[in-house]
Amino acid sequence: MVIKILGTGCSKCVNLENKVKEIVKSNNIDATVEKVSELQDIMKYGIMSTPGLVINEKVISYGTVPKDSQILEWLKEAN
Amino acid sequence: MLIIKKNKFLIRLAILPVWVVLYIYLEPLANGLVYNVFGMDKTLRLTEAIRFFIFEVPKVLLLLTLIVFVVGIIRSYFSPEKTRKALEGKSLLVGNVMASSLGIVTPFCSCSAIPLFLGFVESGIPLGVTFSFLIAAPMINEVALVLLFGLFGWKTALIYLSTGLFISILSGWIIGSLKLEKWVEPWVYDIKAGKLAMDEEALTINHRIEAGFTAVREIVSKVWIYIVAGIAVGAGAHGYVPADFMASFMGKDVWYSVPLAVLLGVPMYSNAAGIIPIVQVLLEKGASLGTSLAFMMAVIGLSLPETIILKKVLKLPLIFTFVGVVAVGIMIVGVLFNMIF
Repeated sequence: MVIKILGTGCSKCVNLENKVKEIVKSNNIDATVEKVSELQDIMKYGIMSTPGLVINEKVISYGTVPKDSQILEWLKEAN
Repeated sequence: MLIIKKNKFLIRLAILPVWVVLYIYLEPLANGLVYNVFGMDKTLRLTEAIRFFIFEVPKVLLLLTLIVFVVGIIRSYFSPEKTRKALEGKSLLVGNVMASSLGIVTPFCSCSAIPLFLGFVESGIPLGVTFSFLIAAPMINEVALVLLFGLFGWKTALIYLSTGLFISILSGWIIGSLKLEKWVEPWVYDIKAGKLAMDEEALTINHRIEAGFTAVREIVSKVWIYIVAGIAVGAGAHGYVPADFMASFMGKDVWYSVPLAVLLGVPMYSNAAGIIPIVQVLLEKGASLGTSLAFMMAVIGLSLPETIILKKVLKLPLIFTFVGVVAVGIMIVGVLFNMIF
Protein backbone atom coordinates (compact mmCIF):
# COMPACT_ATOMS: atom_id res chain seq x y z
CA MET A 1 0.00 0.00 0.00
CA VAL A 2 1.25 3.50 -0.81
CA ILE A 3 0.42 6.32 1.56
CA LYS A 4 1.06 9.90 0.51
CA ILE A 5 1.04 12.96 2.69
CA LEU A 6 0.29 16.11 0.70
CA GLY A 7 1.68 19.24 2.26
CA THR A 8 3.99 22.16 1.66
CA GLY A 9 5.64 22.14 5.06
CA CYS A 10 3.20 23.67 7.50
CA SER A 11 3.29 22.39 11.05
CA LYS A 12 0.11 20.34 10.63
CA CYS A 13 1.60 18.58 7.59
CA VAL A 14 4.74 17.58 9.48
CA ASN A 15 2.55 16.47 12.36
CA LEU A 16 0.44 14.21 10.12
CA GLU A 17 3.46 12.71 8.41
CA ASN A 18 5.04 11.75 11.73
CA LYS A 19 1.77 10.37 13.01
CA VAL A 20 1.17 8.16 9.98
CA LYS A 21 4.73 6.84 10.03
CA GLU A 22 4.40 5.97 13.67
CA ILE A 23 1.05 4.23 13.21
CA VAL A 24 2.38 2.22 10.25
CA LYS A 25 5.40 1.15 12.25
CA SER A 26 3.72 0.28 15.52
CA ASN A 27 0.99 -1.76 13.82
CA ASN A 28 3.34 -3.52 11.41
CA ILE A 29 1.41 -2.37 8.39
CA ASP A 30 3.02 -3.09 5.05
CA ALA A 31 3.08 0.37 3.48
CA THR A 32 5.40 3.05 2.17
CA VAL A 33 4.86 6.60 3.34
CA GLU A 34 5.75 9.36 0.86
CA LYS A 35 5.70 13.10 1.30
CA VAL A 36 4.41 15.15 -1.64
CA SER A 37 5.50 18.75 -1.22
CA GLU A 38 5.52 20.12 -4.78
CA LEU A 39 2.50 22.37 -5.30
CA GLN A 40 1.91 21.18 -8.83
CA ASP A 41 1.70 17.60 -7.60
CA ILE A 42 -0.55 18.46 -4.67
CA MET A 43 -2.95 20.30 -6.94
CA LYS A 44 -3.39 17.19 -9.07
CA TYR A 45 -5.36 15.66 -6.23
CA GLY A 46 -7.83 18.53 -6.32
CA ILE A 47 -7.44 19.65 -2.73
CA MET A 48 -6.76 23.18 -1.53
CA SER A 49 -6.33 22.72 2.18
CA THR A 50 -3.33 20.83 3.43
CA PRO A 51 -2.37 18.40 4.83
CA GLY A 52 -3.95 15.81 2.56
CA LEU A 53 -3.89 12.09 3.25
CA VAL A 54 -3.84 9.86 0.18
CA ILE A 55 -4.01 6.07 0.37
CA ASN A 56 -3.45 4.15 -2.87
CA GLU A 57 -3.98 7.33 -4.90
CA LYS A 58 -7.32 8.06 -3.25
CA VAL A 59 -7.80 11.23 -1.20
CA ILE A 60 -8.97 10.15 2.25
CA SER A 61 -8.87 13.42 4.16
CA TYR A 62 -7.68 16.98 3.75
CA GLY A 63 -7.31 20.14 5.80
CA THR A 64 -7.14 18.37 9.14
CA VAL A 65 -4.97 16.03 11.14
CA PRO A 66 -7.33 13.12 11.85
CA LYS A 67 -7.26 11.17 15.09
CA ASP A 68 -4.90 8.21 15.42
CA SER A 69 -7.74 5.71 15.76
CA GLN A 70 -9.36 7.07 12.59
CA ILE A 71 -6.12 6.84 10.60
CA LEU A 72 -5.57 3.26 11.77
CA GLU A 73 -9.10 2.35 10.71
CA TRP A 74 -8.51 3.74 7.20
CA LEU A 75 -5.22 1.90 6.90
CA LYS A 76 -6.81 -1.39 7.92
CA GLU A 77 -9.66 -0.85 5.50
CA ALA A 78 -7.28 -0.25 2.63
CA ASN A 79 -5.20 -3.30 3.44
CA MET B 1 -19.48 1.34 25.55
CA LEU B 2 -22.63 3.25 24.75
CA ILE B 3 -23.10 4.19 28.40
CA ILE B 4 -19.59 5.60 28.62
CA LYS B 5 -20.17 7.62 25.48
CA LYS B 6 -23.44 8.95 26.81
CA ASN B 7 -21.82 9.94 30.10
CA LYS B 8 -19.05 11.75 28.31
CA PHE B 9 -21.64 13.70 26.39
CA LEU B 10 -23.59 14.56 29.56
CA ILE B 11 -20.45 15.67 31.37
CA ARG B 12 -19.65 17.95 28.49
CA LEU B 13 -23.19 19.28 28.44
CA ALA B 14 -22.78 20.26 32.10
CA ILE B 15 -19.91 22.57 31.15
CA LEU B 16 -22.33 25.16 29.77
CA PRO B 17 -24.23 26.05 32.99
CA VAL B 18 -20.91 26.09 34.88
CA TRP B 19 -19.65 28.53 32.26
CA VAL B 20 -22.68 30.81 32.67
CA VAL B 21 -22.47 30.85 36.49
CA LEU B 22 -18.75 31.59 36.40
CA TYR B 23 -19.21 34.39 33.92
CA ILE B 24 -22.00 36.05 35.91
CA TYR B 25 -20.20 35.91 39.25
CA LEU B 26 -16.75 36.74 37.93
CA GLU B 27 -16.71 40.43 38.83
CA PRO B 28 -17.91 40.11 42.45
CA LEU B 29 -15.55 37.13 42.82
CA ALA B 30 -12.56 39.12 41.55
CA ASN B 31 -13.47 42.14 43.68
CA GLY B 32 -13.97 40.01 46.77
CA LEU B 33 -10.66 38.30 46.23
CA VAL B 34 -8.73 41.54 45.88
CA TYR B 35 -10.48 43.69 48.51
CA ASN B 36 -11.40 41.12 51.15
CA VAL B 37 -9.10 38.11 50.80
CA PHE B 38 -5.97 40.06 49.86
CA GLY B 39 -7.21 42.99 51.94
CA MET B 40 -5.85 45.54 49.48
CA ASP B 41 -6.50 49.26 49.71
CA LYS B 42 -9.15 50.34 47.17
CA THR B 43 -7.52 53.68 46.55
CA LEU B 44 -4.12 52.32 45.52
CA ARG B 45 -3.17 52.18 41.85
CA LEU B 46 -1.60 48.77 42.35
CA THR B 47 -4.91 47.43 43.69
CA GLU B 48 -6.74 48.62 40.60
CA ALA B 49 -4.10 47.09 38.29
CA ILE B 50 -4.30 43.73 40.09
CA ARG B 51 -8.10 43.76 40.22
CA PHE B 52 -8.20 44.52 36.49
CA PHE B 53 -5.88 41.59 35.74
CA ILE B 54 -7.70 39.11 37.98
CA PHE B 55 -11.04 40.03 36.46
CA GLU B 56 -10.09 40.38 32.79
CA VAL B 57 -7.99 37.23 32.27
CA PRO B 58 -10.69 34.68 33.19
CA LYS B 59 -13.38 36.82 31.56
CA VAL B 60 -11.62 36.96 28.21
CA LEU B 61 -10.59 33.29 28.38
CA LEU B 62 -14.18 32.26 29.15
CA LEU B 63 -15.52 34.28 26.23
CA LEU B 64 -12.79 32.99 23.96
CA THR B 65 -13.45 29.35 24.83
CA LEU B 66 -17.17 29.63 24.18
CA ILE B 67 -16.86 31.49 20.90
CA VAL B 68 -14.04 29.34 19.55
CA PHE B 69 -16.20 26.32 20.36
CA VAL B 70 -19.20 27.75 18.52
CA VAL B 71 -17.06 28.91 15.59
CA GLY B 72 -15.45 25.45 15.47
CA ILE B 73 -18.89 23.90 15.03
CA ILE B 74 -19.92 26.49 12.42
CA ARG B 75 -16.66 25.96 10.53
CA SER B 76 -17.27 22.23 10.30
CA TYR B 77 -19.98 23.14 7.77
CA PHE B 78 -17.48 24.96 5.55
CA SER B 79 -14.27 24.11 3.70
CA PRO B 80 -12.21 25.89 1.05
CA GLU B 81 -13.39 23.23 -1.40
CA LYS B 82 -17.06 24.01 -0.73
CA THR B 83 -16.41 27.75 -0.80
CA ARG B 84 -14.78 27.39 -4.19
CA LYS B 85 -17.80 25.55 -5.49
CA ALA B 86 -20.10 28.29 -4.17
CA LEU B 87 -18.03 31.00 -5.86
CA GLU B 88 -17.76 29.38 -9.27
CA GLY B 89 -19.46 31.37 -12.00
CA LYS B 90 -20.43 34.30 -9.78
CA SER B 91 -20.28 37.78 -11.31
CA LEU B 92 -17.81 40.32 -10.00
CA LEU B 93 -19.70 42.26 -7.33
CA VAL B 94 -21.85 39.35 -6.10
CA GLY B 95 -18.72 37.24 -6.06
CA ASN B 96 -16.83 39.81 -3.96
CA VAL B 97 -19.60 40.02 -1.39
CA MET B 98 -19.88 36.22 -1.17
CA ALA B 99 -16.13 35.66 -1.07
CA SER B 100 -15.69 38.18 1.74
CA SER B 101 -18.50 36.70 3.80
CA LEU B 102 -17.30 33.14 3.24
CA GLY B 103 -13.81 34.33 4.14
CA ILE B 104 -15.01 34.86 7.71
CA VAL B 105 -16.30 31.33 8.25
CA THR B 106 -14.12 29.19 6.01
CA PRO B 107 -11.24 27.55 7.87
CA PHE B 108 -8.10 29.16 6.50
CA CYS B 109 -4.46 29.24 7.44
CA SER B 110 -1.99 31.49 5.68
CA CYS B 111 0.21 28.44 5.03
CA SER B 112 -2.41 27.19 2.56
CA ALA B 113 -2.88 30.57 0.85
CA ILE B 114 -1.05 29.36 -2.28
CA PRO B 115 -2.93 26.10 -2.89
CA LEU B 116 -6.11 28.04 -2.25
CA PHE B 117 -5.15 30.77 -4.70
CA LEU B 118 -4.24 28.17 -7.34
CA GLY B 119 -7.43 26.23 -6.72
CA PHE B 120 -9.63 29.32 -7.05
CA VAL B 121 -7.94 30.68 -10.18
CA GLU B 122 -7.85 27.25 -11.77
CA SER B 123 -11.61 26.81 -11.45
CA GLY B 124 -12.20 30.17 -13.15
CA ILE B 125 -13.01 32.33 -10.14
CA PRO B 126 -12.04 35.92 -11.08
CA LEU B 127 -8.89 37.40 -9.56
CA GLY B 128 -10.82 40.14 -7.75
CA VAL B 129 -13.16 37.64 -6.09
CA THR B 130 -10.19 35.49 -5.02
CA PHE B 131 -8.62 38.55 -3.46
CA SER B 132 -11.78 39.42 -1.54
CA PHE B 133 -11.48 36.01 0.08
CA LEU B 134 -7.76 36.33 0.74
CA ILE B 135 -8.27 39.73 2.36
CA ALA B 136 -11.29 38.84 4.50
CA ALA B 137 -10.00 35.49 5.75
CA PRO B 138 -7.15 36.81 7.90
CA MET B 139 -8.50 40.31 8.57
CA ILE B 140 -11.88 39.33 9.99
CA ASN B 141 -10.77 37.04 12.74
CA GLU B 142 -13.15 35.33 15.13
CA VAL B 143 -10.77 35.66 18.07
CA ALA B 144 -10.45 39.40 17.47
CA LEU B 145 -14.22 39.68 17.18
CA VAL B 146 -14.77 37.99 20.53
CA LEU B 147 -12.14 40.03 22.30
CA LEU B 148 -13.53 43.28 20.96
CA PHE B 149 -16.99 42.19 22.07
CA GLY B 150 -15.78 41.19 25.51
CA LEU B 151 -13.62 44.24 26.15
CA PHE B 152 -15.45 47.07 24.37
CA GLY B 153 -18.99 45.85 23.75
CA TRP B 154 -21.02 44.73 20.75
CA LYS B 155 -20.92 48.06 18.91
CA THR B 156 -17.15 47.98 18.49
CA ALA B 157 -17.29 44.33 17.48
CA LEU B 158 -19.96 45.10 14.89
CA ILE B 159 -17.96 48.06 13.54
CA TYR B 160 -14.93 45.81 13.16
CA LEU B 161 -16.94 43.14 11.36
CA SER B 162 -18.71 45.51 8.98
CA THR B 163 -15.70 47.64 8.12
CA GLY B 164 -13.63 44.49 7.58
CA LEU B 165 -16.25 43.24 5.14
CA PHE B 166 -16.42 46.64 3.45
CA ILE B 167 -12.65 46.75 2.92
CA SER B 168 -12.38 43.21 1.56
CA ILE B 169 -15.35 43.62 -0.78
CA LEU B 170 -14.15 46.99 -2.08
CA SER B 171 -10.48 46.02 -2.41
CA GLY B 172 -11.35 42.81 -4.25
CA TRP B 173 -13.70 44.68 -6.52
CA ILE B 174 -11.07 47.31 -7.35
CA ILE B 175 -8.39 44.68 -8.02
CA GLY B 176 -10.89 42.83 -10.21
CA SER B 177 -11.81 45.99 -12.16
CA LEU B 178 -8.17 46.85 -12.81
CA LYS B 179 -7.79 43.58 -14.77
CA LEU B 180 -4.41 42.64 -13.37
CA GLU B 181 -4.29 39.03 -14.57
CA LYS B 182 -1.11 39.88 -16.50
CA TRP B 183 0.70 40.22 -13.18
CA VAL B 184 -0.07 36.69 -12.07
CA GLU B 185 2.86 34.33 -12.65
CA PRO B 186 2.09 32.58 -15.96
CA TRP B 187 2.68 29.07 -14.60
CA VAL B 188 -0.41 29.49 -12.43
CA TYR B 189 -2.63 29.21 -15.50
CA ASP B 190 -0.81 26.11 -16.72
CA ILE B 191 -1.54 24.09 -13.64
CA LYS B 192 -3.96 21.30 -14.20
CA ALA B 193 -5.73 20.64 -10.98
CA GLY B 194 -7.37 17.29 -10.60
CA LYS B 195 -10.95 16.76 -9.58
CA LEU B 196 -11.39 15.79 -6.00
CA ALA B 197 -12.50 12.19 -6.21
CA MET B 198 -13.70 11.98 -2.65
CA ASP B 199 -17.31 12.57 -1.67
CA GLU B 200 -17.71 14.77 1.31
CA GLU B 201 -19.26 12.76 4.04
CA ALA B 202 -22.02 14.43 5.96
CA LEU B 203 -20.79 14.79 9.52
CA THR B 204 -22.99 13.82 12.40
CA ILE B 205 -23.76 16.41 15.07
CA ASN B 206 -21.43 14.53 17.42
CA HIS B 207 -18.59 14.98 14.96
CA ARG B 208 -19.32 18.68 14.77
CA ILE B 209 -19.32 19.07 18.55
CA GLU B 210 -16.04 17.18 18.53
CA ALA B 211 -14.77 19.71 15.96
CA GLY B 212 -15.75 22.48 18.37
CA PHE B 213 -13.70 20.93 21.18
CA THR B 214 -10.77 20.39 18.83
CA ALA B 215 -10.88 24.05 17.84
CA VAL B 216 -10.86 25.08 21.50
CA ARG B 217 -7.87 22.84 22.20
CA GLU B 218 -5.94 24.05 19.17
CA ILE B 219 -6.67 27.77 19.38
CA VAL B 220 -6.90 28.42 23.10
CA SER B 221 -3.71 26.49 23.82
CA LYS B 222 -1.96 28.64 21.22
CA VAL B 223 -3.24 32.10 22.12
CA TRP B 224 -3.82 32.11 25.90
CA ILE B 225 -0.28 33.24 26.63
CA TYR B 226 -0.68 36.29 24.38
CA ILE B 227 -3.91 37.17 26.09
CA VAL B 228 -2.43 36.92 29.57
CA ALA B 229 0.62 38.95 28.51
CA GLY B 230 -1.52 41.53 26.74
CA ILE B 231 -3.85 41.95 29.70
CA ALA B 232 -0.86 42.21 32.03
CA VAL B 233 0.45 45.11 29.92
CA GLY B 234 -3.05 46.55 29.91
CA ALA B 235 -3.33 46.20 33.68
CA GLY B 236 -0.02 48.00 34.16
CA ALA B 237 -1.06 50.81 31.84
CA HIS B 238 -4.51 50.87 33.44
CA GLY B 239 -3.10 51.89 36.77
CA TYR B 240 -0.08 53.95 35.86
CA VAL B 241 -0.05 55.56 32.40
CA PRO B 242 -1.89 58.89 32.31
CA ALA B 243 -5.25 58.65 30.56
CA ASP B 244 -4.48 61.15 27.79
CA PHE B 245 -1.00 59.83 27.08
CA MET B 246 -1.83 58.66 23.54
CA ALA B 247 -4.12 61.54 22.66
CA SER B 248 -1.28 63.77 21.51
CA PHE B 249 -0.27 61.49 18.64
CA MET B 250 -3.09 58.96 18.20
CA GLY B 251 -6.04 61.17 19.04
CA LYS B 252 -8.77 62.06 16.55
CA ASP B 253 -7.58 65.62 16.13
CA VAL B 254 -4.19 64.57 14.82
CA TRP B 255 -4.61 64.39 11.04
CA TYR B 256 -1.70 62.03 10.38
CA SER B 257 -2.59 59.54 13.13
CA VAL B 258 -4.45 57.08 10.87
CA PRO B 259 -1.91 56.92 8.00
CA LEU B 260 0.87 56.62 10.56
CA ALA B 261 -0.90 53.80 12.40
CA VAL B 262 -1.42 51.91 9.13
CA LEU B 263 2.15 52.44 7.94
CA LEU B 264 3.42 51.16 11.28
CA GLY B 265 0.97 48.25 11.29
CA VAL B 266 1.50 46.84 7.79
CA PRO B 267 5.01 45.41 8.28
CA MET B 268 4.15 44.27 11.82
CA TYR B 269 2.61 40.91 12.34
CA SER B 270 0.86 39.53 15.35
CA ASN B 271 -1.98 37.12 15.78
CA ALA B 272 -5.32 38.66 16.63
CA ALA B 273 -5.20 37.61 20.25
CA GLY B 274 -1.93 39.42 20.82
CA ILE B 275 -2.93 42.69 19.25
CA ILE B 276 -6.26 43.32 20.98
CA PRO B 277 -4.97 43.95 24.51
CA ILE B 278 -2.58 46.47 22.95
CA VAL B 279 -5.52 48.13 21.23
CA GLN B 280 -7.21 48.21 24.60
CA VAL B 281 -4.32 50.14 26.08
CA LEU B 282 -4.26 52.54 23.12
CA LEU B 283 -7.98 53.24 23.45
CA GLU B 284 -7.88 53.69 27.17
CA LYS B 285 -5.03 56.13 26.99
CA GLY B 286 -6.66 58.51 24.58
CA ALA B 287 -6.11 57.03 21.11
CA SER B 288 -9.25 57.34 19.01
CA LEU B 289 -11.35 54.35 17.90
CA GLY B 290 -10.67 54.93 14.19
CA THR B 291 -6.93 55.08 14.65
CA SER B 292 -6.83 52.03 16.93
CA LEU B 293 -9.02 49.92 14.61
CA ALA B 294 -6.91 50.96 11.62
CA PHE B 295 -3.76 49.92 13.43
CA MET B 296 -5.25 46.58 14.42
CA MET B 297 -6.52 45.77 10.92
CA ALA B 298 -3.20 46.71 9.36
CA VAL B 299 -1.36 44.39 11.74
CA ILE B 300 -3.57 41.32 11.38
CA GLY B 301 -4.87 41.86 7.82
CA LEU B 302 -1.63 42.61 6.02
CA SER B 303 1.60 40.94 6.93
CA LEU B 304 5.06 40.54 5.53
CA PRO B 305 5.10 36.72 5.82
CA GLU B 306 1.87 36.41 3.83
CA THR B 307 3.02 38.74 1.07
CA ILE B 308 6.26 36.77 0.80
CA ILE B 309 4.25 33.58 0.39
CA LEU B 310 2.13 35.25 -2.30
CA LYS B 311 5.28 36.28 -4.18
CA LYS B 312 5.36 32.69 -5.50
CA VAL B 313 2.24 33.27 -7.59
CA LEU B 314 2.05 37.04 -8.03
CA LYS B 315 4.41 39.49 -9.67
CA LEU B 316 5.61 42.46 -7.62
CA PRO B 317 3.31 45.12 -9.14
CA LEU B 318 0.27 43.06 -8.17
CA ILE B 319 1.57 42.53 -4.65
CA PHE B 320 2.09 46.28 -4.28
CA THR B 321 -1.36 46.97 -5.70
CA PHE B 322 -2.89 44.46 -3.26
CA VAL B 323 -1.10 45.89 -0.22
CA GLY B 324 -1.73 49.46 -1.41
CA VAL B 325 -5.45 49.04 -2.06
CA VAL B 326 -6.05 47.30 1.28
CA ALA B 327 -3.92 49.82 3.20
CA VAL B 328 -5.77 52.75 1.63
CA GLY B 329 -9.09 51.02 2.42
CA ILE B 330 -8.10 50.67 6.06
CA MET B 331 -7.03 54.32 6.17
CA ILE B 332 -10.37 55.47 4.75
CA VAL B 333 -12.23 53.49 7.40
CA GLY B 334 -10.02 54.90 10.15
CA VAL B 335 -10.39 58.50 9.03
CA LEU B 336 -14.17 58.09 8.58
CA PHE B 337 -14.51 56.78 12.12
CA ASN B 338 -12.48 59.60 13.56
CA MET B 339 -14.76 62.03 11.77
CA ILE B 340 -18.01 60.38 12.86
CA PHE B 341 -17.26 59.50 16.49
